Amino acid sequence: MDLYEYQAKELFRRHGIPVPRGAVAETPAEARAIAADLNAPVVIKAQVKTGGRGKAGGIRPAAGPVAAEHEAARVLGMDIKGHRARRVLVEAATVPFEEYYAAFLVDRAEGGFLAMVSGQGGVEIEELAASDPGAVVRLPVDPVEGVDADAARLLAAGAGLPEQAAEVLERLWRVLVAEDALLVEVNPLVCTTDQRVVALDGKVTLDDNAAFRHRREAEEPTGGLEDRARAKGLNYVKLDGTVGVIGNGAGLVMSTLDVVAGAGAAPANFLDIGGGASAQVMADGLEIILADPDVRSVLVNVFGGITACDAVANGIVTALELLGERGHGRPIVVRLDGNNAELGRRILDQARHPAVRQVSTMDAAAATAARLAAGA
Amino acid sequence: MAIFLTKDSRVLVQGMTGAEGTRHTARMLAAGTDVVAGVTPGKGGRSADFGERTVPVFGSVAEAVEETGADVSVVFVPPRFTGGAVEEAVAAGVPLCVVITEGVPVHDTVRFRALARGRTRIIGPNCPGLISPGQSSAGIIPADITTAGRVGLVSKSGTLTYQLMYELRDLGFSTAVGIGGDPVVGTTHIDCLRAFEEDPGTDAIVMIGEIGGDAEERAAAHIAGHVTKPVVAYVAGFTAPEGRTMGHAGAIVSGSSGTARAKKEALEAAGVRVGETPSETARLLRSILAGVR
Repeated sequence: MDLYEYQAKELFRRHGIPVPRGAVAETPAEARAIAADLNAPVVIKAQVKTGGRGKAGGIRPAAGPVAAEHEAARVLGMDIKGHRARRVLVEAATVPFEEYYAAFLVDRAEGGFLAMVSGQGGVEIEELAASDPGAVVRLPVDPVEGVDADAARLLAAGAGLPEQAAEVLERLWRVLVAEDALLVEVNPLVCTTDQRVVALDGKVTLDDNAAFRHRREAEEPTGGLEDRARAKGLNYVKLDGTVGVIGNGAGLVMSTLDVVAGAGAAPANFLDIGGGASAQVMADGLEIILADPDVRSVLVNVFGGITACDAVANGIVTALELLGERGHGRPIVVRLDGNNAELGRRILDQARHPAVRQVSTMDAAAATAARLAAGA
Repeated sequence: MAIFLTKDSRVLVQGMTGAEGTRHTARMLAAGTDVVAGVTPGKGGRSADFGERTVPVFGSVAEAVEETGADVSVVFVPPRFTGGAVEEAVAAGVPLCVVITEGVPVHDTVRFRALARGRTRIIGPNCPGLISPGQSSAGIIPADITTAGRVGLVSKSGTLTYQLMYELRDLGFSTAVGIGGDPVVGTTHIDCLRAFEEDPGTDAIVMIGEIGGDAEERAAAHIAGHVTKPVVAYVAGFTAPEGRTMGHAGAIVSGSSGTARAKKEALEAAGVRVGETPSETARLLRSILAGVR
């Protein structure tokens, strides 16, 4: 889960990393009150989980409370690359003397941790790394040893950061470890004219797998089918097309989306019922997909490994009984193979439901679902 | 022949007395696997009955290895205990540890991966394990899809492994390895490609990738320089939208790198034929083998 900047800064503050004074606002009036409290020139920053806010006009200075209210009104509700700004962070304006870049992250390729630090911050780090590779210090971090004070001093010195940045680096590492983060990034990390090192921005990605070890705020509801799916423990992503897709295993479902696209239709969603799914899980999945008015046909593609195809078939039958009219007669194309496939096929044959068609291969099933979605 | 797992492998199951552990131990035994021990802390001294075979249960991996000579561990324990279980297997010097558990914190994986370096090969986590058909199975890959043959397979995805094994069931497989879909895994595509290249029982290799990270691009570079056997590849996720997690924690595209298109291009540049669908991938492998023979 990606955190908003204001959430990342709350974590930073808790771990002793200096951040500008400020608070988050959901209305212009709140922004005005916060600015009055801060009693200083402020910056209004759109809270969206995407980059490029500044260029999109989502970061605006304001001299005082009245200006803060005015600027917050402009930023709140703004659409930045498809992300709506529902909140703004109102912060005391900080004048940087120098700007740096600092990050700790999980290095997928090496299967370890990586420190990335640069004396040149405030820019797109990928661009900097490409144009001037020497400007970004990349250092693997031993997962057992970690980053202690000495290591942090070496890292700061190596990237040309002032001595007082070392303590911040050590604490950023602690955020990564203590919070089970996959990424902790500060861009820019700044040194002020009075020689204080402050995190002006913050990007943190937490590992969802580690949620059981932490007390975390739940992901915000999006108000759509994705919330309903999550409540049922299903892995569902809404897409733009008309062919609903259900399968078992993330790889097979992604592959099914591709095969549907190859058959000339667009998938309406990604839905993985996971391994060993029960009839109930299958029924829940089908119900979610048929609740999407964009769906014109459904493709169920299951290769039973642990998942038993008879359970999948029973789930389809149950869901159709429960849904009744709400299914609106949309066709359901089913391809079952693997564990108990014959049993599953027989259950569907015997149910003789008018909406269900069985097809024996993945390619033919996708082609059939695509044709039916097109109304042919 | 096969890679990593043979008929001589002596398998122990960590978490064997749990529901998943029991179910899959029975399936592994039915597949011909020599399951010699179970490990459940606090339940040492008992035994578990699997019909024709009774498997002793030990309280620790070290004890199980000492008593039975087990050289492969399959881990079915819940995510919060997985890190500890794998570290125990590494400390006991088990040469191969197959981590089936889904939902292991990435920091735990990074830690046990570091501890295992030079001691234990880790496969997974969040993987279906591996199977050398007709010899042994360590994990949850169904044994009845196909038989022994001379094709090797490496994949991030479990069900796509099954799908490709099914498409090529008449040919059979030396070994199929599901390396897992997490951002950090113990054994990579490259590790498997290297092993298949050296395995005299493998004639051709199927590699299955999916969006996210750059493992496929790295594998492509390795193939260009070091693999002489024919390789065909399949990459899932051409239609996946950017920035959205597609089930596997690793299956997320951010920015331009990590897309299925980029992976396909990198593989083709290395001379690897890449199928657009599982069935096309299977056809490509057949045509290559037909040309060789």
